[in-house]
Amino acid sequence: MADARVENTGLQAWGGGTLPYSVSHIKLGMWLFIVSDALTFSALLFGYSYVRIATPDWPTPFHFWPTVVFATLMTAVLLSSSLTMVLAVNAAQRGDRKWTIRWILWTAFFGTAFIVLHGMEWMGLMNQGMTLTGNPWGSPLFGATFFGITGMHMFHVFTGVVYLLAIAGGVARKRFHSEHVEVCGLYWHFVDLVWMFVFPLVYLLSVDMGA
Amino acid sequence: MSDSAHPAIHPAPTTFIRKWVFSTDHKIIGIQYYFLALIAVFTGLALSVLMRLRLAWPTESWPWLETIFPVGFEGGVMSPEFYLAMLTMHGTIMVFFVLTTAPQGGFGNYFLPIQIGAHDMAFPVLNMLSFWVTFLSMGVMFAAFFVAGGAPISGWTAYAPLSALGEVAGPGLGSGQDLWIISIALFCIASLLGALNFITTVLNMRAKGMSLMKMPLTVWTWFTTAILALLSFPVLLAAGILLLLDRLGGTSFFIPAGLVVSDTVIESSGGSPILWQHLFWFFGHPEVYIAILPGMGVASQLLSTFARKPIFGYHAMVVAVFAIGMLGFFVWGHHMFVSGLSPFSALVFSILTLAIGVPSAIKTFNWLGTLWGGKIRFTTAMLFAIGFVSLFVSGGITGLFLGQTSVDVQLHDTYFPVAHFHMIMGVAAIFGIFGATYYWFPKMFGRMLHEGLGKLHFWLTFIGVNAIFIPMHLMGIMGQLRRYAESTEFKFMEPLQPYQEFVTIAALVTAAAQLLFLVNFCWGMFKGKKAGENPWEATTLEWITASPPPHDNFGGRELVVNHAAYEYGVPGAPRDYVMQTDPPLETTK
Repeated sequence: MADARVENTGLQAWGGGTLPYSVSHIKLGMWLFIVSDALTFSALLFGYSYVRIATPDWPTPFHFWPTVVFATLMTAVLLSSSLTMVLAVNAAQRGDRKWTIRWILWTAFFGTAFIVLHGMEWMGLMNQGMTLTGNPWGSPLFGATFFGITGMHMFHVFTGVVYLLAIAGGVARKRFHSEHVEVCGLYWHFVDLVWMFVFPLVYLLSVDMGA
Repeated sequence: MSDSAHPAIHPAPTTFIRKWVFSTDHKIIGIQYYFLALIAVFTGLALSVLMRLRLAWPTESWPWLETIFPVGFEGGVMSPEFYLAMLTMHGTIMVFFVLTTAPQGGFGNYFLPIQIGAHDMAFPVLNMLSFWVTFLSMGVMFAAFFVAGGAPISGWTAYAPLSALGEVAGPGLGSGQDLWIISIALFCIASLLGALNFITTVLNMRAKGMSLMKMPLTVWTWFTTAILALLSFPVLLAAGILLLLDRLGGTSFFIPAGLVVSDTVIESSGGSPILWQHLFWFFGHPEVYIAILPGMGVASQLLSTFARKPIFGYHAMVVAVFAIGMLGFFVWGHHMFVSGLSPFSALVFSILTLAIGVPSAIKTFNWLGTLWGGKIRFTTAMLFAIGFVSLFVSGGITGLFLGQTSVDVQLHDTYFPVAHFHMIMGVAAIFGIFGATYYWFPKMFGRMLHEGLGKLHFWLTFIGVNAIFIPMHLMGIMGQLRRYAESTEFKFMEPLQPYQEFVTIAALVTAAAQLLFLVNFCWGMFKGKKAGENPWEATTLEWITASPPPHDNFGGRELVVNHAAYEYGVPGAPRDYVMQTDPPLETTK
């Protein structure tokens, strides 16, 4: 029989009635959402590379100061938020509610700081004449891809901050436990990870190397 | 969230709103999806009938249609632009709101949890939200008919730059196209949320003993379809966002430089319409399998049940389903052979496309092997399953023609691909839906459909669709171009006009035959013969519970699955079928 083979190879975890990956529904669901969302960003980054390769006058207007320094600072802020998120999950698993909430709020603070810094950077670029529809340096698609991709990422950071605050509230009212914090952490680290692609592809590759 | 495989079931709702409208019960949600698809399919059918009338009798005037559509039917004759709007909406409604919604959202929602022995989906509230976002999406899509300029004319593929430019490019490309994109974006979100729900349910919520290789093939196909949806809809979502930016934000991702449309120079510049095609078809080809895979699962289930034999080559069927699904992600370029794609890429896409023929043939031969020597019961459901196999072959075989670049260059944009994809992803998938309806209706509504009426419906539909689409293949080979409202103005297409008339008459008869289904459906719901628990003497888990099943599906029973999905005619068994929960047979070990 077909089933005999499966059982003889020791795959009882897949035999039904158990959780084969030993993860709950929400954690598995979040992983699947992350896979899906990663493809949304992949499509945007694919579109970016496609138009960039296809455009002869693609500009590389960024300089070490201020753009790269600023973006590096934003990266540092976002990485810090991942660290505080790890500490929040750790505190939640220890059952330390006070520090869980504290670390989640720190994470939300760093997330908000990232959004503020990003907003300042956007304002600076817009003052130089770079918009969604055009820029002084070359193909109008430069601004379109820049604001499109970073805007989509910023939207994710924003929803992440809202999500964090909701989780913090739920933990405070004892409605959520450590798993909710951990799943929220998965989302937060994912948003962070996306930035690790955006930073080199959108910022560093747009730096004027003075050729 | 509970750490057990079976979290406490939510209590049965008591109020009307919670029970029938904002229900979290997967069975009610499945029925909601099904009725949504039913509304969509008759709308889409009506649009195609209008198009067929225009094609067959281009000069005929239909004054009564002018009273219904004063804009599109000036003087009683459909304007070419209105024809394109009908074409766009027919395709969009059928692909998204019928072929994606009915098999997966409808039957998948209803029967996936039951067939694996679960009480509900993993995320019941998310499930409800998925349905209502889909509902909203359909509302937005239908609204495109009523805004200034009417529905968009850029086709269900919304090819750029036509779809990116706005009103200057034609009627319906203003707010109509905006609504189209918003509707599709909503649909993407609903579908990917639904998909992660399906996958989590299959992985985490199978009853004790329901190992992966004991799952019915329907579950395998819904599972694979969910993976395809999870990976393809986000890409369409991203493409939709970029297209919306082009239209509302003034960017030019999909608008090339130096474009002149209707004597107007387009300001934005530098983008690539081909980028849209890449993004769209990266979604679009898996979407074809999203439509057809559940039909394959249903065909397998029905052929096995009514041939009273185990499905031939269960493992090969599972592997083939997965192979078709995964290969589907690497063949999008075959939609773009005439887009200027490099011949080298085209060759790779072509080879991968033809490779899909291998798992498809495995499935076909296994279906025939299942029928071979069976004690076949020719119920209506079985007829539709056999019809599915027939259409899968006759619609699929032309894919081998179109998958070859040199042949495709000749046939591209003729009626040949139109006939091909209607036969396979349209009609074959619809036959899967019909088969599933005749098979599971007793479970869903507790009553049987009328077999005689059902068989009449089958024969009219089966002969009808062949009468529609076989001539269209021939017309395509003879050069009939698609998307033209009127072909009599062209010398080379004029001799094909008798074919157009024949196809239209066949389409009218086939469309009318669907009223038989509607009558049968309505009659069956209220007046049909009462169905028992297991009217078809089938083996899978939905047949061990009441018709319709109670709120928690199995009335509090904890199931233990001992048998593979399709154990029919097992020697030594007390009956000619062994239910999955029957105690183990001594003779089989």
